[in-house]
Formats: sequence, C-alpha cells, structure tokens
Amino acid sequence: MLLRFFLMGLDRKAGIVLTILAILAVAVPVMTLWVPADSPFHLSVFTVSLLGKYLCFALLALALDLVWGYCGILSLGHAAFFALGGYAMGMYLMRQIGPRGVYGNPVLPDFMVFLNWKELPWYWLGFDHFWFAALMVLVVPGALAFAFGWFAFRSRVTGVYLSIITQALTFALLLAFFRNDMGFGGNNGLTDFKDILGYDIQADTTRVTLFVATVAALALSYMIASGVIGSKLGKVLVALRDAESRVRFMGYDTESYKLFAWTLSACMAGVAGALYVPQVGIINPSEFAPASSIEAVIWVAVGGRGTLAGGILGAVLVNMGKSYFTGALPELWLFALGGLFVAVTLFLPKGLLGLGAQLKAKLPGRNKTSPLPNAKTADQKGA
Amino acid sequence: MRRALRWLMAVCVVVATSTAALAADLRPLVQALGSGGYSGTEKALAQLSEAGDPAAVPVIEALQAGDLYVRKADGTVVVARKAGDAFTLTDPLTRAALGDAPAAAVEKIRINNSLRRAISASLGALTLMSPDTGVRRSAADAVFKSRDAQALETLNAAIAKEQDKSVRAAMEQARAAILLTGEAASKMSDAEIQSATDTLAARGDRDALVLLNMVAGSGASDVTKRSAAAAVSTLEQKLAFWAALQNLWYGLSLGSVLLLAAIGLAVTFGVMGVINMAHGEMVMIGAYTTFLVQEFFRAHAPGLFDLSILVALPAAFIVSGGVGIIIERSVIRWLYGRPLETLLATWGLSLALQQAVRSIFGPTNREVGAPSWMSGAFELGGLTITYGRLWIVIFAFAVFGALLVALKRTWFGLSIRAVTQNRPMANAMGIRTARVDALTFGLGSGIAGLAGVALSQIDNVSPNLGQGYIIDSFMVVVFGGVGNLWGTLVGALTLGSINKFLEPYAGAVLGKILVLIFIILFIQRRPRGLFALKGRAVEA
Amino acid sequence: MSAESTLLYLDGVSVSFDGFKALNSLSLVMMPGEMRAIIGPNGAGKTTMMDVITGKTRPDTGTILFEGDTDLTRLREAAIANLGIGRKFQRPTVFEPHTVWDNLELALKAPRRPLKTLTYAISRDDRSRIEEILDITRLSALRNRQAGSLSHGQKQWLEIGMLLAQDPKLLLVDEPVAGMTDAETEQTAELLCSIAGKHSVIVVEHDMSFVRALGVKVTVLAEGSVLAEGSLDAVSANQQVIDTYLGR
Repeated sequence: MLLRFFLMGLDRKAGIVLTILAILAVAVPVMTLWVPADSPFHLSVFTVSLLGKYLCFALLALALDLVWGYCGILSLGHAAFFALGGYAMGMYLMRQIGPRGVYGNPVLPDFMVFLNWKELPWYWLGFDHFWFAALMVLVVPGALAFAFGWFAFRSRVTGVYLSIITQALTFALLLAFFRNDMGFGGNNGLTDFKDILGYDIQADTTRVTLFVATVAALALSYMIASGVIGSKLGKVLVALRDAESRVRFMGYDTESYKLFAWTLSACMAGVAGALYVPQVGIINPSEFAPASSIEAVIWVAVGGRGTLAGGILGAVLVNMGKSYFTGALPELWLFALGGLFVAVTLFLPKGLLGLGAQLKAKLPGRNKTSPLPNAKTADQKGA
Repeated sequence: MRRALRWLMAVCVVVATSTAALAADLRPLVQALGSGGYSGTEKALAQLSEAGDPAAVPVIEALQAGDLYVRKADGTVVVARKAGDAFTLTDPLTRAALGDAPAAAVEKIRINNSLRRAISASLGALTLMSPDTGVRRSAADAVFKSRDAQALETLNAAIAKEQDKSVRAAMEQARAAILLTGEAASKMSDAEIQSATDTLAARGDRDALVLLNMVAGSGASDVTKRSAAAAVSTLEQKLAFWAALQNLWYGLSLGSVLLLAAIGLAVTFGVMGVINMAHGEMVMIGAYTTFLVQEFFRAHAPGLFDLSILVALPAAFIVSGGVGIIIERSVIRWLYGRPLETLLATWGLSLALQQAVRSIFGPTNREVGAPSWMSGAFELGGLTITYGRLWIVIFAFAVFGALLVALKRTWFGLSIRAVTQNRPMANAMGIRTARVDALTFGLGSGIAGLAGVALSQIDNVSPNLGQGYIIDSFMVVVFGGVGNLWGTLVGALTLGSINKFLEPYAGAVLGKILVLIFIILFIQRRPRGLFALKGRAVEA
Repeated sequence: MSAESTLLYLDGVSVSFDGFKALNSLSLVMMPGEMRAIIGPNGAGKTTMMDVITGKTRPDTGTILFEGDTDLTRLREAAIANLGIGRKFQRPTVFEPHTVWDNLELALKAPRRPLKTLTYAISRDDRSRIEEILDITRLSALRNRQAGSLSHGQKQWLEIGMLLAQDPKLLLVDEPVAGMTDAETEQTAELLCSIAGKHSVIVVEHDMSFVRALGVKVTVLAEGSVLAEGSLDAVSANQQVIDTYLGR
C-alpha cells in the first residue's frame, strides 16, 4: 500500500525532480572526493556545503509550498519550525562536544558553565543520543504546529489573520530564544560543534555524506508531498483552499485536513533545519526572525506556488543570487531581493514554473467557454 | 509697574549690603577654623552655625570637601583647588581670586569623623534657615535622609519660623524621621509617636516606607512599632495605588506610541484591505524627514530650533504620504483583492526602502534633538510625567481625532467609505475610485510619517526604526478588529497597558512574549478582533 | 406538533445580527420524502434559515431537530453534512481547479476522515455511481474538463450532481435557477422533481414560474418568520402575502 501511495504521486514532473536529485547524489561525491583538485570538474568541500545549504532551504520551501500552494495557508512563521529542528540537532551536536569545550565540562555545554549553571536542564536530557535528537527534530516542530494549528484552524482563523499570528508565533520564539535563561545559548546560539555520530564534522567525507543525506531527505519529502497531493486527500486540500465552506458542507472536517498538511509541513521544515545546522556549523535565534520566514515565502513565489518543484527551484535560484550579491555587491542585495518580491507578485503570479501556462493563457484564439452539454459531439475520454 | 520695579531694586540693594556686612562679621570665625586643630575647628564651626548666616554655607561645604586650606605665609584660611602641580587659591567668603600657590605653601584643614558629623549638622541647620525656599526644602530633604539628631534643634527652630506650607511639611517629616529612629523615641508619648508616624505616612513615598519599615522592625518600644506597622500598611496601599497609576501612565504612553504606529495601518489595512509591510518604513521616512528639517534649522536658524518639530510634522506627512502615493500607483493598484500578494510586494518595498535610507544616510543612528518644551518632567501626586511622553500622548489622540473627523465628516472621508463599501457603485456615482485609492493610501502613509516625527523623539532614528514597530502595529490592528478605528484605539491602549503591567513581574522580554501569546490565543476566541463586524458584511 | 417521525423540525428559532433579527421565532416542519419551496422578499431570512440548519450560524434560541432526535444546534457543519444534509449555494461553488470527475469524486458518499482519503482508491461501485450522476446531469462529455471552465448553467448542474453524489436525506437548494435560460430552468425543475421522493428537498427560489413548475407545498417567509404555508395558489391568494411580497 505504501508503494502504491508513492507511485500515486509519480508523474513526469516528479520524475524530472527525482532524476536531478539522483544525479546530484552521485555526481557531487564523485566530483568532490575522487576527481583531483586541479581538474575543472573538481568541487570544493565549501561548494558542497553551500549546495547542501541551498537544498535545506529547498526542503523548507517544499514544506511551505505544501501549505501555501495547496491549502492556502500563507505561513509567515515557517522558519520557526526550521529553527526548532535545527536547535534539536544543535543540542545533539553540543552534547557530542563533551569535555572538549573551552571549560572542559563533560556534561554541560560551555554557555551553561559560563552562566554558572550546575546541572543540565531537564529538556536537554536525552539529546546525547542521536536517535532521540532525530526523533525530536520531527516531534518538536510537529507538536508545536499541531497545537498551534489545532487552535487556529478550529477557531477558523484564516487568511491574513492566520498569517499575522504565525508571524507573532515566530516573533515570540525569537524573543524567547534570545533569553539566556531559556538554556539555548541565548544570543550566540549553539556552535563550535566537533563531531556527528562519531565522525569529525569538518572532514570532507562527513560533509559529502551530509550533502547526500540532504538530497535523500529532499527526495523522500518530495515523494511524500507528491503522494499526498496526488491522493484524494490532496484533492480535498486544493478544494478547501478555494472554497473551504463548500468542502465543509460536503461533510469534510476541513480543520483536520489542514492540520494534517500543516503538521506534516512543519515536520519537513524541522528536518530541513536539522540538516542545515551541521552543514553551516551554527544555529542561533536569528533563524526565528520573521524576515527569514518571509524570505522563504518568496522562494516559493519565485518558483511557482502549488507546484512542489517550484519551491525547490526558487529556493536554489534565490539563494544562489544571494550568495553572489552578498559577495560581490552587498549594497545591492536588498534592492535586488526587494525588487524580486515586487516583480514576482506583479508579473509572475504563477512563478517560473507557471510561466508557460501564463503565456499560453495570454495567446488569443482559445475558446475558454464551451457549448452546453451535448454528449454526442464532445470527446469521450474515460476517466 | 515702574514703582514696583523701583521697589524691587531697593530691596536688592538692601539685601546686598546686608550680606556684605555679615560677611565681614563672619571673617574672624572663618579664620578660626584654621587654628587649634580638630577641637579648634569644631568650636569655630559651632560658632559659625550659631551665627545662622547662609553666607557661611560655601565655606563649610569647602571644609567638608577638603578644599579649605591655611596659607602658611600669613595664616589666612583659603579655598584651594588643585590645578596641575600648584593650587589655585580663592577667598572662601568673597570668592575673590588670590593667585596660585605651590603645594608646599598651603596646609589642609583636616577633619575627622566627629567633625564630619558636625559639618553636616551645621550645614543642614544653616541651609534650613536660608531665605531661598528651594534651598530650605532640599535641606529638609537632606536632613530627612541623614536623620542626624544634632539637626533636631535647628529643625525645630526652622519649623517655628517657616511660612511656606510645603517646606514646613518637609521639615516636619525630617523631624519625625529623626524622632522615630533616634534615642528620643523612647521618651516620647504615644500621641507624639502616633503623630510622627502619621507625618511620615503622609509623606507617602518609598523613602518613608523604608523608614517606617525600619522603625517597625527595630528595637523601639511596642507602641512605636505598632504605630509604625499600621502606617506601613496604609502607606503600602497608597504606594501600590500610585504604582498602579504610574503603570497606567506608562501603559497609556506605550499605547499611544502603538496607536500612532498602528493608526496609519488601520487606514491602509482596515479600510483598503491592503497589508502594507512597508508601513514601518513610512514611519522611518517620517523620522528621517524630522532629522533633515532639524539639520536645516541647526544650520540656518538655530534660534528657532524649538519650532523645528512643528515644521517637521507637515513635512513628514507630505514626504511619507507622497512615497505612499507613488507606491500605490506603481505597485499596490495592481494587487487589490489579493491581500497576501500585497503583503509580499510591500515587504519587498520595505527591504528596498531600508537599503536606500542606509545607502544615503548610513547605517548608524541619526541624532534628533528634542525642543525645550518637550524636555523635562513634572510630578503629579506620586506620578512622574515627562513632557516628551505627555506630548506624544496628546499628539496620538489628536491625530486619532483628526482622522476620525476626516473620515466621518469630510467629502474625502465619505468617498473613502463609499469606495470601501461598494467599489462599482461608487464608480458609477462619479467617484474617481483610482484617485480615492491613491489618496487613501497616501493618507495612511502620511499618518505613518507623523508617527515617525513623534517616534524620532523617543527612539533611535536608524534604517531599522520601522522594523521595530511593524509587528506591533499589526498586532494592534488585528487585536482591535480590522476596519474599525475605535478598535485600533482600544487595541493600542489595551496592549500597551497589558505590556506595562506585565513588565514589573515578568521583565520586558517575557512580558512581550506573553502579550504575543495572549494575542494568538485571543484571535482564537475572536478571529476577527475585538470590534468585529458581524452578519452579512463579514462574508462580502 | 411533535418532532417524532419528522425529518426536520424547527421550533422558535431566532437569530440576530447586531440587533437586526434575521430570524424571528421561525418554525418549520419537513416530513421524510417531502419537497418544499420557500419564497419571500429579500431579507426575509431564507439564507439565514439554511445557515442555521447547516450549522453555519448558531441560533440564539430555538430547537432544530433532524430525524426527530438529533439536535443540530450543537453540531459543526461537517458533522451535520455527514448526517445527510446537503446544501447548494446561491452562487455556484464548484472546485474550479479540479475536473468535473474529481468534483463528483470528492462529493461522493465515502469515508470523510483524512487518513481514509489519503489511502482512498476508487472502487467499481463508486465509478459506476459517478458515471450515473454524470449521465443525469448531462456532464458525461465534460468529465475531464476543469470545473472552472464550465458555463454558469453547467456549474449549477455540476453542483446539483455533487449533491446527488453526497446522497443526502435532505437537500437544501438555494436559488438553483438564478441566471439560467428558460430551457435550463425547465430541465432543472424536472431534475429536482425526479430527486424528490428518494430525498427531501427544500428549494429557495424567487422565480415564480419555477416554483409553479415544481408544484409543491410553499412556505412564505417574511421578516424572519413564516407568513403563510400551503399550495402556491393558496398562498398567492393570501392578502398578507400579496401586501408584503407579491404585491410589490
């Protein structure tokens, strides 16, 4: 049944996406580890980590597209789930440092020693095990999303109001994580990681492995999202995006549908954050900033909302642009990003992937209305 | 008028000559400070205070500060202040310059602990008799703080002589403080103790509370303790009352800042349904306009600096409003009916505007000054109110009132409401909807500019100024209920007050987090805010 | 009248919005299999009545019972719909991005829980049921068309088809022929009459010729309560009805 579920979501677009991801998963390790450094086909480890970062953002964009593109929930707080997943992974990596910290405390991370804490807070317990941290990467964002969504959807908070309270959520978390006594390293966050599952986090092989893991996570998430969208549940989601009360009067409990997609999306965002942290080497409260969430929205908008692949494309393109601008023309980056927001909303409402359809719709001669039902003349394709 | 002037001048002359005469009388006593060691100094000091002449105050203060020296050459007592290696000498009474002297040529008049006590007592006593009410009042406060039993006699004498009611009250409080905490307490009658604690309780501030608590917990007699404890509880109630009022004032003050920031948003979001994420940047532009206007005044008319704010108000309204109209014409008008898209586009604009201001003015804070009529503070009962905050509260309400009138009573307001309620119908009736849209957006942005002028007085004028307010503003509008200006008013004041009442218990950051959580939960209860529209209009 | 053996039982239902009484102690009884037309001037409370029955609006006071014992005032829209009450809106609302077939598949009576729909695979029975409805609504040829590209009349029919797919015990139909041509109106009347019998139907309509074509008992609403009840001819002769509604 699981197989059927995955097959359901497989269409031509999914095939292209998965093929590209498969090529990346093979080519990047080869080009990094086995192609000699002087060859033009060699990839530096720096580039691999950068690519890995883009793909983490792509996973976040995929998660966001699932709720925005298919349920009409514009989340301005998705970076919060990303950051929570990141913190869960960061806590595991902190615990792995052990006595190698500056203060040499075998249990307490440096910042706790610095704050004169005597023992580990209860919510740090268990994070020395990878399996536990990995579970928390899913559970923490998922549980928060479930609780938040349960209240918000049941009360029928929709549209702009929902967007604004998701923003309030991430803003509240931002303020909370800045506080030193929360026990998450305050302003500085978690950093100075040493190793992951016993492997040196700086080693080339580890970096490449993390990249491949990211590709795998993205591919798996894409298949799950694609399967969900292709199922009848996905059709209900699209239906309620456009006419929620109609769906309700048809007997569907729309709240639980939204809750399902919302929670699933938050878990995916959490995974993205968890893969992001070891590759960039730090997690701090600025990830919760409302601006990060809004930036993620523009990735989806650039690629095309409601297309799944569009989010991935947009995230990679925009972040490549960001890397280029912040390096070469830092003054201009915000102008470029700001201009992108305006241009996409004004001229590319369906994003890059929707560009073809948009152009086609503009072409004259296509009769959109059709004659009254007349079974004899119309085409008889079976369903 | 002229007679009054002449009379005043005559008084001045009399006062001047009399102080000169007294100064002459004091000279030998001042001279005596420098001889006979500690005891000699103490004796001379006692005589100085008995003379009761305020002219001696600077001398004694110099003695207290260790600036009083004896010139070895002639034994004259001088004030000497170190300037490089040498000392600059002045006459202690007339303050006439007496030239410089090397360190070796002067000898410090040294003081010990008993002298130190005597000095403060005599200073207190002398200043208590000062002809200046301000000096007397602060002297009384000084005695209240020091509770020096030696000042008691002078204090009694001063109370007997005092004409000014409030100064006498301050002196009586000082006296009560000395009586209750000193040895005298054991000899007082119950009635006297009662009256002393009453006097202290009447003072009604935290100092009095600390003192009464001290008395209540001290080894004093039972009567004293009981009486003090009773006074403590009444005083605590009173203080709690004033603290609550002060919090209310802070809440009102924060609320009016929120109101100012949110009110323009209430127009663009509430009336037009446009989510303007660049609203904060309109505020910022208003603040930078204020900065530019002030720069102009500093450069060309420094004397009129106090008026710069008044010029900045229309300037900021026009600049921010103009930017708003440009934004509406170029971007927003293509996005009506798609609120989430306006959100993204205006967010992009806000990024670009921030970067533009950063490129032009630099990333650092710009200095915006306060006019003199906005600085300072005054006390009202137990409240401290700064003029700056008071003006902002007044200004916020003025803007709110003006907007309300503009929307309800003018042709423009009528057009706005017509377009909001039924666009095609308004169009059919000859209202130029496109122009109304542009002007409405301009109005909302212009009000944001006005908010920027006010906020430049209390916040850092930097490219990030607007970012700090945008989320709060949205919370206010959403909490209050979209499309209802009264909702925005109530929302702003409520959130401001909640924030300020939470702050003492939870701290500023946690307080803010709690407010955010409160709003999130509140929206669950009332998804359309405090003043929600009901019925058919909701579905439209 | 007792609520037993009735399909729908409304007694003393009142709703007010900001002081305006949209429903004023409304009482109405429907028997199983019955078809009823509701007429009344604008603002008479027709749509609000549908809203309270389907759970969109909670009544301030009053009783609403379904099949004699289920209190509808406590249930949410989805639960009420699952009891077997279907509703067609005034403006046709079909799911525009979906095909005609998918619209019907979504409406088809089937488990409504998310996990059931996630793993749903269409059965032979379901398939033939959809084919049947496509036939009834004359949309067979358009099954793969996006619903958004249908004409107004086709959307109305698709929506009625979706109601049929839901297989409700009671159908609430709000102005089904608004904007239809005369021929379409006639066909729609036929369609609704063929449905009645198996299902109970409440039709809200302004179009008198359509109501006449239905030929069923008529309830006249005015200012939130029932003004008259009976055959169309009987209520047409009622002086009160003429004054408040027909006469204008």
